[in-house]
Amino acid sequence: MRILGHKPTVTAWIGMGIIVVNLLVAVFGPVFAPYSESQTVGSTWDEPSVQMLLGADQIGRDMLTRLIYGARMTIGVALATTALSFFIGITLGFAAAVLGGWVDTVISRLVDVILSIPLLILALIILGVFGSSIPVLIVTIAVLDSTRVFRLSRALGMNLTVLEYVEAARLRGEGTWWIIRREILPNASAPLLSEFGLRFCFNFLFIAALSFLGLGIQPPFADWGGMVRENSAAINFGMLAPIWPALAITVLTVGVNMVVDWLLSVEARPSGAQAEM
Amino acid sequence: MADTSNKSDKSDKKIILQIKGLRLEAVRGGSVIVDNVDVTLHAGEVLGLIGESGAGKSTIGLSAMSYARAGVHIAGGTVEIDGVNIRELNAAGRRDVRGKRIAYVAQSASAAFNPAHTIMDQVCEAPTIHGIMSRKEAEAWARELFTSLDLPEPETFGDRYPHQASGGQLQRAMAAMAMSCRPDILVLDEPTTALDVTTQIEVLILLKSLIREYGSAALYITHDLAVVAQVADRIKVLRHGKEVEEGTVDEVLQAPKQEYTRQLVAVRGAAASERAVQSSVQDEVILKVEHVDAAYGSFKVVNDVSLDVRKGETVAVVGESGSGKSTLARIITGLLPPIGGQILFKGKPLPKSLDERSKDLKRQIQLVYQIPDVALNPRQRLIETIGRPVSFYAGLGGNQDSVSEDGDRPVKDTLDHSSKKYFGMSSGDVHKRTLELMDMVELPQSFLMRRPTELSGGQKQRVCVARALAARPDLIILDEPTSALDPLVAEEILKLLRRLQAELGLSYVLITHDLDVVHRIAHRTAVMLKGSFVAFDKTDTIFEGPYHPYTEQLVTAVPVMRSDWLDGVLAKRAAEAAAPG
Repeated sequence: MRILGHKPTVTAWIGMGIIVVNLLVAVFGPVFAPYSESQTVGSTWDEPSVQMLLGADQIGRDMLTRLIYGARMTIGVALATTALSFFIGITLGFAAAVLGGWVDTVISRLVDVILSIPLLILALIILGVFGSSIPVLIVTIAVLDSTRVFRLSRALGMNLTVLEYVEAARLRGEGTWWIIRREILPNASAPLLSEFGLRFCFNFLFIAALSFLGLGIQPPFADWGGMVRENSAAINFGMLAPIWPALAITVLTVGVNMVVDWLLSVEARPSGAQAEM
Repeated sequence: MADTSNKSDKSDKKIILQIKGLRLEAVRGGSVIVDNVDVTLHAGEVLGLIGESGAGKSTIGLSAMSYARAGVHIAGGTVEIDGVNIRELNAAGRRDVRGKRIAYVAQSASAAFNPAHTIMDQVCEAPTIHGIMSRKEAEAWARELFTSLDLPEPETFGDRYPHQASGGQLQRAMAAMAMSCRPDILVLDEPTTALDVTTQIEVLILLKSLIREYGSAALYITHDLAVVAQVADRIKVLRHGKEVEEGTVDEVLQAPKQEYTRQLVAVRGAAASERAVQSSVQDEVILKVEHVDAAYGSFKVVNDVSLDVRKGETVAVVGESGSGKSTLARIITGLLPPIGGQILFKGKPLPKSLDERSKDLKRQIQLVYQIPDVALNPRQRLIETIGRPVSFYAGLGGNQDSVSEDGDRPVKDTLDHSSKKYFGMSSGDVHKRTLELMDMVELPQSFLMRRPTELSGGQKQRVCVARALAARPDLIILDEPTSALDPLVAEEILKLLRRLQAELGLSYVLITHDLDVVHRIAHRTAVMLKGSFVAFDKTDTIFEGPYHPYTEQLVTAVPVMRSDWLDGVLAKRAAEAAAPG
């Protein structure tokens, strides 16, 4: 089987498997979750048992149920954030590359200003001021993250915009939007796709970090980063509780990176083959 | 260095490189790229490998070092250097041979040099890595090579970075790099193809004397029969990865045995005789360029240039790279607004910058690029590449009627279906017109859903021409339309351009460095040097003489299909230099 015209490697298949399982859980989780999201089933940090396969969390909710609902929230928010961030970043980046001149200067300097402030601190300030509802969280992280997407897409756009087929479109009299959409975007899709995977991971970890600091997704919604924080005290008693959400974060991150690595490698060698040395 | 005493007699020379039954296949699909080719090279001998692109000549050159490009693997055959089959060596053993016994000169030296290191560092790398010389010895030897390759300031030339040397100088530096380990065999892969004719002759002369001086054997890979005739002892003609024929230079040039070789030899000879077929030029002046100046920043590239093109006429602008001829094309298309002078299009002043020109004006002036690979969006299928200008300019007037008579061509269901997603272009008229345009440039209609990567170089250039025609233009600017193509393919494109001109009454401005092309299709010719025209007249008048000195230099630098041409030029130059005054 081929994906994007290339044969995936074994690790890529594993990564895709992980992603698909996670997505299925996120979409259909509530259907097969044993309990409801905030239902207290046992007592604090119960050991795994037949009723609660992964034990209970700090207030006795079923860990497996929380993980399943957490997948929905964590992946959903990370995906929405990354998609929005890419839409903003790509549009501005390509516009800067194609239009050049003062448009490029204004956007680029603005991005430099944002990039010069540590991301986490800026996010803490904005979320502190506006409160951390889920829409605010998504927009905040997306805007901050789009600066990096902007830098990549501007660089890609710069390389493509000097090519003769783009010049031919300009000569024809095509508008900026058409040039971005039809001439540049299709030719930048491979590196952007790999970057999407990476940035998804970063956003996902960033939300986990914010949740860990208490400014991410708010209770009673379950999310993996928040679950690590809530259950972290269990480590002191040698209990497994915080390991489960941490493991979920790790597995998804590794899975996405496996796919991204493969995408990057086929992109570096268009034929997907190696020279015979 | 090497002894040059016993070079004349080849029969008793030992065989230095022997390739037998070489077979290369694509890793995916397994298609055969080189099929059962034998190469025998004696010490000190130069073998020319000639053929069009895709003939497998570069692949053979690389596999002489037992190397295969990504996507290709050596499936069979032996490669013996001095009796040792290097295909049986391990990677370390092969590495030891490469650079030391057999060295490679790439086609594009400017792309082959690492821009971050000095030329000296790169030339000295191989001998020091192989442990043949100390860095000091290597530098001394490099300077000697720079001297014999006639590079400027050989003592300090090595301190330059690649961007500080011209294309011709880099190509020579690349030859020095290849010679740095004093290899027995040089593989020269199109070493002069990327150069101007006037530079090409310099590099050719030096390469030839280098090979003679140091007695290296060489595989000389090129698509230009006239070039290879100057340096090679024998020629092997290749096509589709198979050998067509092999013989001495004179045998191949004078009495080619195979039909394909005969065609190759004939292409150049055809130039003069085919001039007769010309479209009729009308009086109406389409384009008038008056005293135009242009500059990049403060650097003036075009200086007081005036030009006029009439309906149905082809005006050629010739000159070497850097002469400003492509800049002239950019000025006419509006990409580079001129700083002085004016341009009239059909008698009306043409706005200087592209943004100020109306859509209809943009439609009437079209540009065909030199390198079709980068002129076509690799992600767009032909239906979009050609169909887009059709729908984009739909409703604007055009002065040509379509040449296709059968308007109700059956449109295949499959095409109709799959074209739906292409931005409303499945509308019957655009589709029909796209197919019509493909007919005009002689592309099969079945290519409609192909992407550029699925086309050959000549087919891609046809798509570029079709894209220009889609706008129903009055003027097409042809920026080196054939220089990236093989001679036989270029010939077809020229025929196509001439036919379209006759049928549609198109005017062409042809930018080129190839005088052969000029002879073939231009009514009038301008010779450009350092941003100015040194001559502008009927093509015949320009080439009949008396020449402007620069025109003469251009004309005499074009290789002629005779094995003794280069020696003749050398003798002539020597005589001129020796003659007093």
